[in-house]
Parts: sequence; structure tokens; C-alpha cells
Amino acid sequence: MKLTLRIWRQSAVQAKDQRVGKFVTYSLNDLSPDMSFLEMIDHLNQSLILAGEEPVAFDHDCREGICGSCAMYINGRPHGADQGSTTCQLYLRSYRNGDTITIEPWRSNAFPVIKDLMVDRSAFDRIIQAGGYVSVNTGNAVDANSMPIAKQQADAAFAAAMCIGCGACVAACKNSSAMLFVAAKVSHLALLPQGQPERQQRAVKMVMQMDKEGFGSCSNTASCAAVCPKEISLSTISQLNHEYLQGFK
Amino acid sequence: MLNSKIPAVPLAEQWHTYQETTRLISPANKRRLEIIVIGTGLAGASAAATLAEQGYQIKAFCFQDSPRRAHSIAAQGGINAAKNYQNDGDSIQRLFFDTIKGGDYRSREANVYRLATISSKIIDHCVAQGVPFAREYGGMLSNRSFGGTQVQRTFYAAGQTGQQLLLGAYQALERQVALGKITMYPRHEMLEIVQVDGEARGIIARNLVTGELERHAAHAVLLCSGGYSNVFYLSTNAMGSNVSATWKAHKQGALFANPCFTQIHPTCIPVAGEYQSKLTLMSESLRNDGRVWVPKALGDSRPANGIPEAERDYFLERRYPAYGNLVPRDIASRAVKEVCDAGYGVGSSQRAVYLDYADALQKHGREVLANKYGNLFAMYTQITGEDPYTVPMRIYPAVHYTMGGLWVDYELMTTIPGLYCLGEANFSEHGANRLGASALMQGLADGYFVIPATISNYLSKHIGSSQAIIDHPAFAQAETVVKDRLDQLIQIPGSQTVTSFHQRLGKIMWAHCGIVRNADGLKTAIQQLQDLQAEFWQDVKIPGTVQSLNPELDNAQRVADFLELGELMCVDALHRQESCGCHFRTEFQTDQGEAQRRDAEYAHVAAWEYQQDHQWQCHPEALTFELAKFSQRSYK
Repeated sequence: MKLTLRIWRQSAVQAKDQRVGKFVTYSLNDLSPDMSFLEMIDHLNQSLILAGEEPVAFDHDCREGICGSCAMYINGRPHGADQGSTTCQLYLRSYRNGDTITIEPWRSNAFPVIKDLMVDRSAFDRIIQAGGYVSVNTGNAVDANSMPIAKQQADAAFAAAMCIGCGACVAACKNSSAMLFVAAKVSHLALLPQGQPERQQRAVKMVMQMDKEGFGSCSNTASCAAVCPKEISLSTISQLNHEYLQGFK
Repeated sequence: MLNSKIPAVPLAEQWHTYQETTRLISPANKRRLEIIVIGTGLAGASAAATLAEQGYQIKAFCFQDSPRRAHSIAAQGGINAAKNYQNDGDSIQRLFFDTIKGGDYRSREANVYRLATISSKIIDHCVAQGVPFAREYGGMLSNRSFGGTQVQRTFYAAGQTGQQLLLGAYQALERQVALGKITMYPRHEMLEIVQVDGEARGIIARNLVTGELERHAAHAVLLCSGGYSNVFYLSTNAMGSNVSATWKAHKQGALFANPCFTQIHPTCIPVAGEYQSKLTLMSESLRNDGRVWVPKALGDSRPANGIPEAERDYFLERRYPAYGNLVPRDIASRAVKEVCDAGYGVGSSQRAVYLDYADALQKHGREVLANKYGNLFAMYTQITGEDPYTVPMRIYPAVHYTMGGLWVDYELMTTIPGLYCLGEANFSEHGANRLGASALMQGLADGYFVIPATISNYLSKHIGSSQAIIDHPAFAQAETVVKDRLDQLIQIPGSQTVTSFHQRLGKIMWAHCGIVRNADGLKTAIQQLQDLQAEFWQDVKIPGTVQSLNPELDNAQRVADFLELGELMCVDALHRQESCGCHFRTEFQTDQGEAQRRDAEYAHVAAWEYQQDHQWQCHPEALTFELAKFSQRSYK
């Protein structure tokens, strides 16, 4: 099948300034519908290398939707049109022969572009550093079954803990807010007994760090939950708001 | 020559005795000791976090953009522990026996016994961190049976156990970053070990964003860099998973043990075309209800549902009536390869067999199956465009895990003093085959509990040694070696891409050092690999520069190392003139076509010393069994 790609190219040297990039158009003629989206980019890169040109830089690793590395803004939507899917889980059979696809990096001041489609998401690590953990040293634990946790509670915590930290929520949000990412971690730990001792301060510290990193505020448009590849529920944001207010009591 | 430092007391007392008698270091002195950790998967992240909690100063490195992305994240099934929560007769000794037997008597008893002993504490610690394991309605932890064991000892978090365990370790690591005890270096790759007076005292790393080379000094270096399945090009590993850290150590004197032991998982999604970049594992649990078959007639190209029952060969059920579709991974993989080699394979590539749910659907209904396998079926549909509820799945084996790795002693130290190796990167616990749900257990045991207890024995002798050795000539020398190699690579006026070489390497390895091996094939492969290495260094084409972000250059130096490792794997497979676990030599099989172990000659770890290009010397470590007695597997 044939596809036309419009890919955002931005040199590494000038990466501090997001205005220096531009779209470059590539026509690909010999694609298979069974190819994955990233295999299409691989294919393009192989031909660019052989032609003596710079390949497109992009983050990717596990290619099974769990590491959270891949991050492409495809036709105006993070990770493309498939619901509950990462970029690496897209296949070309989702497109029609002759389609034109526009591919951009995540756009957010808190995620500066490193090169082409590759962005710096270390702000997420710093938000976790602010409090996204239970402060327990190795060697202190009591028997794992000494504290029963209702199945519903454990399942709800797990549903929030499934976040892969890809940043699609930020990329989709018109304010570049990281609320869904923060809410997922805060909810996960708030729902478990192990998370209780630090519960009051955790939400406050993580939200403060989120603000410091330059992410915007949440205005409840819910685009984050709509594009989340792990379908993290919008209700985690309600939980986060609750936890945050409790933190100031 | 090899001293595995196993405490000279009975097996069950070894770990306790070791901990009671090892040297300790006071908190004031720990603060002055620095440790470098390479890799932030389960082993690396748990080691970095725990050592930092103890007071050491840590520098941790990963090539990914965040430590949370290490490939441990993709482990699906679960983690074993001898908790006996199900009251079904499990114990430390039973987990020990299962692991030794699963490894086909090619693992070290002392390490396996310790692993089984520690297993329960891992679960306790992970629960304390907030890892949301699956639970029963009463609030207790849920367990399942995994990989055909007779007890239910596997803890899990849906199909994302690795993710949840890694996030627990990652969060513990980030907490120590916030406390100033860990300095994290993401998007960095270790390219050389630096030895001072014969001891590991630092590394040369490349900043993958700027291309700059950096010198980092420490009192000890921990390699937690994972396995090397990507030597096969196509595997279930992440694209970036590589052998370079351990290979650099190997070429500097660390012995590499049992490199040919490679686990091949039977239930993966088949290769769709030449453009395929990686393979996807489908959980082994699928074989609980699915029936494996191929058409009885050669060249039967009818669609699966058009082939009548009488014309189907359920070859696993036919050959292994007692275990049927649930035979162990290596046996299933081999049987699938055999029927495909004989021409009975299905699908466009004819390298696949059917995994059929029609009977299970009829018996249990769609809802029951959806509850059990819904997410797996959805994943299959997404990748192949086919619906397993109506059309049988197609599966084929894929490389999944490597049991071999750097040789380590009981303290997890390699043959280079001060250089340790943890997790999948080392060789010790899984022998010739790893049990399901044991990789996560080993990675976390090494990082949370073993290394924090053993490293003080070495570091206590270095309390007085200076941190300011970064100006030692050994660092400048090592940096020059790295710089010269990168310059050499980028200057090759070649015409073929790195990936094209990697693909050719993978095809040689899969053909001759894969599911079945024999002497002729291995000798052919060694020659082909030597030729391919020479061609690579003459004709590879790498764009860009050294002093910039350059993923092709990163990959080129990894593939250069894989090309050499592939040769050693074939040398090792040729040396081991027996069949055991995953290693099936066609010359050594029973009358019934099963693996024939040769305990008298090969009950040893083959630890290889690098001497010069294409030349290695084997240092066997004899394996003695105090508790486990040799027995032959039978799944008939």
C-alpha cells in the first residue's frame, strides 16, 4: 500500500527553540497492511540512511504497549486513532491506501523536543520523586497477608497503577496539564493501606512539582482520559482533587 | 581456578551462616563509598534503591529516557514465592527442587536454595511498597499455578506483573534520588569498564543525547543490564535490549557462563514479513484451553475452519498423551519446529501452527474464555487482524530469555574483583532452562536482598581508598579505546545498514543455535559469523556524527558486540555434547527422541575466558548436588 507521511523534523542542535522545526513530506510505496506503524518508520529510516540522509529520531523500546517510550502525535491525536492503544500497537491496516498521515512530537513546554519526534519527559520522573512512592526501606516488611485488602480496593488501585507514563495525557490537553498522570499515581497509593501514612502530603507535593515543571492547570475537558492508552479513568482526577484538599486541612 | 565461595556448611544453613559471618560497614563509612549500577530493570532498580537506603552513594545508568522503561516492565505472568498461602504443600525445598529440575541439573544448588529462601521476603516487601497484586474477595493474596507446577505459588497483577514490580522498584529508586543518595543518568550507555590495579573502579559512559563521553569512578560496579535474546534479531525483548555492558566486561576478563542456554517460548505471534522488527509473546496460559494442531495432509491450504476434524493432527496430544498441550516450553517449541520443518506449517509463511479455541468455546462459552484470555485475544486481533473467537490463532516459538550470562560467585561477583552481575545478566539460578515466573523472583532477590548483604564483604576492604581516582591513567586509556572504536565505526565507508547486518546475524543464530543444534550446523555458523563480522567492519553504513544524538551509532556498537557473542554461543553449544533443558543437540537424544543428558561429562557450568578474537578457553565449574538427585524428565 501507499502512504504519504508529513513528519515534523527538528534538528538536535537548535532543540531549545521549538520554532525551528518544519514538516517534511515522504512518499512510501511498498508498505504492507500487516506492518506496524513503527515498522513503517523503520522502513523509512532504512531508506533515508541508504540515501545518506538523517533518519527520523523517535523514542521506542518494548513495542508491545507497556514501556511507555513511544510517543507520536498522529493526525492530531496522541498515539493515533485507535482507542486504548500506544503508537507501537498501531498497524497500517487501520489506514486506507493513499492516505496522508501527519506525525508530530508531543507539544508541551514541560516536554522540550530533543530532536524530531523525541521529547524530554524527565519532568515525570521529578514528579514521582516529589512523593510518588511509599517510604519503606527493604527489610522492614511484615508478612504480605497480615493486612487484608478488599478485592475491589486492590483492583481499583491496580487500574490506576497501570499508567505507563507516556505523556499522551499532556499532549492531548489544551493546557498541557499532567493531572491524569499525577492522579493515577496519587489514586493508586491512596487506595491502599500502605499508602496512608504519607497520603496527606503526597498529593500536595506532587501537584506542586507538576506546577513547577511548567505543566498547565486542569480545566476538566477530559481529553486526557479520552486518549490514554491504558484508559486511566477520569475519576482519578476527582480523587486527586479530594486528596489535594485534604492535604491542606 | 574458579572459586564460587559457597559457605562450607549444609545447604539449608549457607545463607544464614553467610549473613552472620560477613564483614559489615558502619554508616559513617558507607557514606564515603560509591557504587555504579548499570541498568534499572528489576535487578538494577532494586539494588540501587536498597544500597542507597543502606547509606551508599549510588550512580545509576540506563539507556532509556527514564529508569521506569527497562524491559522488566513487559513481564506478564507472575512471580514465584514459597509462601504456601494455598496450603498445598509448598515449601522452600519444593521451590528449590522444581527450579533445579526445571534447569535440568545445570544450575548451582547453593544459589538456587538461597533464591527459594528469599522468595517470600520479596512478596512481603513488594506489598509494603504498594504493589497491587491480585487478591481474593476475602482480601488475601491470590495465587495461580504456572508452567505446570503442582502447587499454586505464583503471585500476579493481571497480565502486568513485571510492570507493577518494576514501578515499585522505580519508585523506591526515585525516592532515593530525591534524598540525594542516587544520581540518575538516563539516556546514557556504558561503553567500557575501567579497571585500576585489577579491580573495577569505574566506567566510561556515552551521553546518548549529546554524544559526549563521560568518566565515572566508584568503589564497585554492578552490571544489571539484562539478557541478550536480541542476538537473534527477532525476539520478545525490547528493541534496545543488548549485551554490550556484559560483553565489554567479558572482553576485559569476566568469564561468560553457559552462553548457549536460550529459552524459546512456544506461544508467540508468528513473523508476518521481512519488515518484522520484534516478536510478541502470548502468555503461556493460553495452552491451558487451546489445542495445538496442523493439517494432516501436506500442502493443505484450506482455511483452518474448512479442515474437518479427522484431517487435523493434534500433534502434542498425540505425542505426549499425559501432558498434551501443556508440555514444557522447550518440548512444545521443538515439536512445533519439527512439524513446520516437515512442511505442515500454516499461514502465509508456513512457520506457524494453529492454537484452536473451538472446543473450549463450545464447552465453556465465550464469556468464560473472555474472562480468562480477553486481553490476550484482543492483543492478537490488534496485531494480526484476526479474531481468535472465530478463527484459530497462529503461533510460533520465539526467543524469550537467556539463562547464560556473566559467571558470578555466591556473592554475585564476576571474575573481575569489584565487578558484580545481577538478574538476567548473570548465569546462576536457572541452569539450562528457567521456570515460568522465576525471572522476576531472581531479579528482585539479587537486587533487594543478595547484593546488599554481600557487597560489604568486598567494600569493607576499600573504605580507605580514594574516590578521586578519576584522573588515573586507566580512565584516560579506557576513554581512548571507546573513542577510537566509535570513530572507526562512523568512518567505515560502507553501503549496508546496521539493521541489515543484525537481521543476517539473527538468521544464522536461529538456523543453527536455536531450538535444535548439531555439530555440523554450529561449525557452519561459526564460519558464517566470522565472515559477517569482517564484512560488518568493512561495509556498515552509519549516518551522522559521533558527537551528537545518533541512535544508529548506538545500535551499530551493540550489533558489533552481538556478532561476537553469537560466535561464543555457537562455540559453547558445540562444546556441550549433550542435550539438556533448552539445549537440544540432535546427536544426543533418546530412542524416543527426547533430550539425552550426559551427567558424567557435562554436569558443569561452562565458563568462557576471552583470549583473543575468535578464541576462548573453557573453565568448567563442576556442579555437585547435595540435595537434588539426578533424574530424567518424561512427559509421555
